[in-house]
Amino acid sequence: MSATTHHHDADSLAHKLNNATGVSPTRCYQCGKCTAGCPMAEEMDYTPSHILRLLQLGLEGSEDRVLRAYSPWVCLTCEVCYARCPQEVDIPKMMDFLRSESARLKKVNPRAADFLSFHKTMLDSIRYVGRLYEVGMIMGYKLRSWHFLEDVLMAPSLFFKGKLKLFPHLIKNRKNISQIFKKSGNARTEAAK
Amino acid sequence: MIKIAYYPGCSLLGTAREYDESLRAIVKKMGIELVDVPDWNCCGASSAHSLDHDLSVALPGRILMQAESLGLEDLVVPCAACYSRLMMARHELMEDAALKARVCEMTGMEFRGTVRPINIIEFLQKYSDTFTDKITAPFDKDVACYYGCLLVRPPKVTNFDRPEDPRSMDEIMSLLGSKPVEWDFKVECCGAAHSITRAGLVGKLSSKIIGNAVHRGAQAIIVACPLCHSNLDMRRNFINKAAGRKYDIPVLYITEAVGLAMGIGEKELGLHRHTVKVRYPEKVKVEAEPRPKAAAATKPTPAAQTEQTEEA
Ligand code: SF4
Ligand code: SF4
Repeated sequence: MSATTHHHDADSLAHKLNNATGVSPTRCYQCGKCTAGCPMAEEMDYTPSHILRLLQLGLEGSEDRVLRAYSPWVCLTCEVCYARCPQEVDIPKMMDFLRSESARLKKVNPRAADFLSFHKTMLDSIRYVGRLYEVGMIMGYKLRSWHFLEDVLMAPSLFFKGKLKLFPHLIKNRKNISQIFKKSGNARTEAAK
Repeated sequence: MIKIAYYPGCSLLGTAREYDESLRAIVKKMGIELVDVPDWNCCGASSAHSLDHDLSVALPGRILMQAESLGLEDLVVPCAACYSRLMMARHELMEDAALKARVCEMTGMEFRGTVRPINIIEFLQKYSDTFTDKITAPFDKDVACYYGCLLVRPPKVTNFDRPEDPRSMDEIMSLLGSKPVEWDFKVECCGAAHSITRAGLVGKLSSKIIGNAVHRGAQAIIVACPLCHSNLDMRRNFINKAAGRKYDIPVLYITEAVGLAMGIGEKELGLHRHTVKVRYPEKVKVEAEPRPKAAAATKPTPAAQTEQTEEA
């Protein structure tokens, strides 16, 4: 890799990101292509290239701003940014890392609380059923977040179209799945509870 | 009989039932047997990778390992989102020995890497001989082929078609007798990941897609992903609300279009499960000036595979 202009302590967020995912913010030369193509840029508090800049600077407050950002949660993992980045910075992977780090450190942006509930509900379904169980998920998500009614209202029509199952498709080896969850023991899922 | 491993994924048992039904209906006529991955689990969807990286590799990893036991090479994965998760996991397991060791420990199984996930377009390309000779009712519509995000991106991982202006789906539709329209939102994101958490936002993104397809004269939108379908079809009311008008254009799975061209009944293909009725708007008059060159290239070609440009 060529000219690295920014240096980081071993405990900087940029360094941790690089360690965990191989993504290196120093590669970014701030051309802005990622942000230009990002369908969610308008919704974000910090655009993808802005986040990279904050990580490059590695200043006291800037890391905390990144961890508390709304952006990673609203990112769609649509991969446009990564496909177009001339420096091949894997931004979606960086967003994954930022989500799990902010959940682990309990720094999730308050506006993103419902995203976190949604993911937790999905993972619960997989953990106990082995597959996604839509009715269970809708109920679970409803219990975890209040402002969610639309899909529930859609439920009866889906049921009559044969698309909504009232009972889960349990897989046989659910023990294997719960073992995977346990072993992933990666404090993240637990911390996110 | 050709045998191929099959991973339906959760959507195809529920909200995308007609995708599964239409696929099963066409393979029966194509002389292909699908063998379900034994005791398959969910790939982790958009949630595992959002919160826990190892888990996001281990869940699809288990699917690949279970599939390996079938002794087949190709694993057809019709859901573009599952396909993406399986490809990502395979890519990472092949590249990162330490991760592979952890994932094998988690699943208690071995990963050999003998199974290759293919998406529905690759599947139809590879076996086009088995349906092109059975076309009895050409699907002679003007269609907008919608690829979405995950089939073509990230190009390094999926290594499939051109990431900005793919053509493979257009070519298949041409084989069925359709005329693919040139349009601008082929690989744009419909926002599926947030359809439950931010329905209004997703309506906005999807309405741009539908609006452009209609503007370019499409009579139907063809998709290869259950999430794209549920956004453009099931959640049409959000789209209409965002657009401030009512769109009637139907959204068909590519397998449904293949089935219709082969003369299979609408019911058997599950068309009655759509939210937007499958009725095609009138063809728009062809404009006076000749079409751009690129459109000419998508004229029906013989079953032979057209070469793909690698761009990544
Ligand atoms: S496209 Fe790549 S190099 Fe350009 S700003 Fe974004 S991350 Fe940096
Ligand atoms: S993956 Fe996320 S950051 Fe990248 S373009 Fe898509 S929404 Fe934006």
